[in-house]
Amino acid sequence: MHELSITQGILSIAVEKANEVQASKVTKINLIIGELSGVVNECVEFYFDLLSKDTIAAQASLSFHQPPIQLRCRSCAAVFSPDNLDWACPICREQKIEIISGRECRVESIEVD
Amino acid sequence: MEVKVVKDILSANDRIARRNQRLLDEHGILTINIMSAPGAGKTSLILQTITKLKQKARIGVIEGDVASTIDANKVHEQGVAAVQINTAGGCHLDANMIESALNNLPLGDIDLLLIENVGNLICPAEFALGEHKRVMLLSLPEGDDKPYKYPLMFTEADVVLINKIDLLPYLEFNTAAFHKAVTGLNPTAKILPVSCKTGEGLEDWFSWLLDAIGEIKRGGSIAC
Repeated sequence: MHELSITQGILSIAVEKANEVQASKVTKINLIIGELSGVVNECVEFYFDLLSKDTIAAQASLSFHQPPIQLRCRSCAAVFSPDNLDWACPICREQKIEIISGRECRVESIEVD
Repeated sequence: MEVKVVKDILSANDRIARRNQRLLDEHGILTINIMSAPGAGKTSLILQTITKLKQKARIGVIEGDVASTIDANKVHEQGVAAVQINTAGGCHLDANMIESALNNLPLGDIDLLLIENVGNLICPAEFALGEHKRVMLLSLPEGDDKPYKYPLMFTEADVVLINKIDLLPYLEFNTAAFHKAVTGLNPTAKILPVSCKTGEGLEDWFSWLLDAIGEIKRGGSIAC
């Protein structure tokens, strides 16, 4: 459900930037949404269609790039993507970890006319 | 033409959250964002805290719920200032809602502001409200495996309260495994086992709160 707030954020950032560069239309919005952000892309697309009507971003396509979860072991410093539920380090088996990637939630760029 | 943006989608929320926090700092109000799944005991924790601490600190409460004023009414009966926010289906509170709520609270008469977030282990972790500390409540029946299912919530918490500890004899909850999982994700989190029903362990929670209020009153933000 937080996709509604996320989509409002995406739309206002895109429209603001387009106005700043005096573009007449936003054709594409490139998004970086990490796996851990819990955002469902289809929901964002659904809300975007509704919210962007009557704006210069109407009919813009959304491109989602999803960086995978990357963790760093605080015990042996190994960097890994978890493949199990307990997030144990594959090298030393410790469960002391730090999230280094997967939380991204940003508008990377827009394509405009 | 491609135009670089590189802007965090929640930056507008974060900006309002910082504004809220400045206002709360100016008034010396320790603000706690309480998050958990539905039914974990957020309202019970707030009511226990009011009963025990209302002689020592002036308390205000912001109640976030999808619908109804049940929780705000319970809090109001205790004689403390309370504002209810109904999110009408929304799964979390955001900084904008808190800004409106702060306009409806007597900020000059509050030392401790407790914000009860909407019951949900996912979305509330993403939205800063302007709070100084984040408190996460996990109740025993939810199971000890939750940290790896909802990692952000556990990563962001300053305090993790394990509630309903009185049910331990009846449930297969591995307290050691839970501790290990939480500290693995968040080495500085303070973990306190409590029962809002029997009162067990709550003294540690109260003294943590009083220390944090003292810290705010001595000046300076203790922002998380």
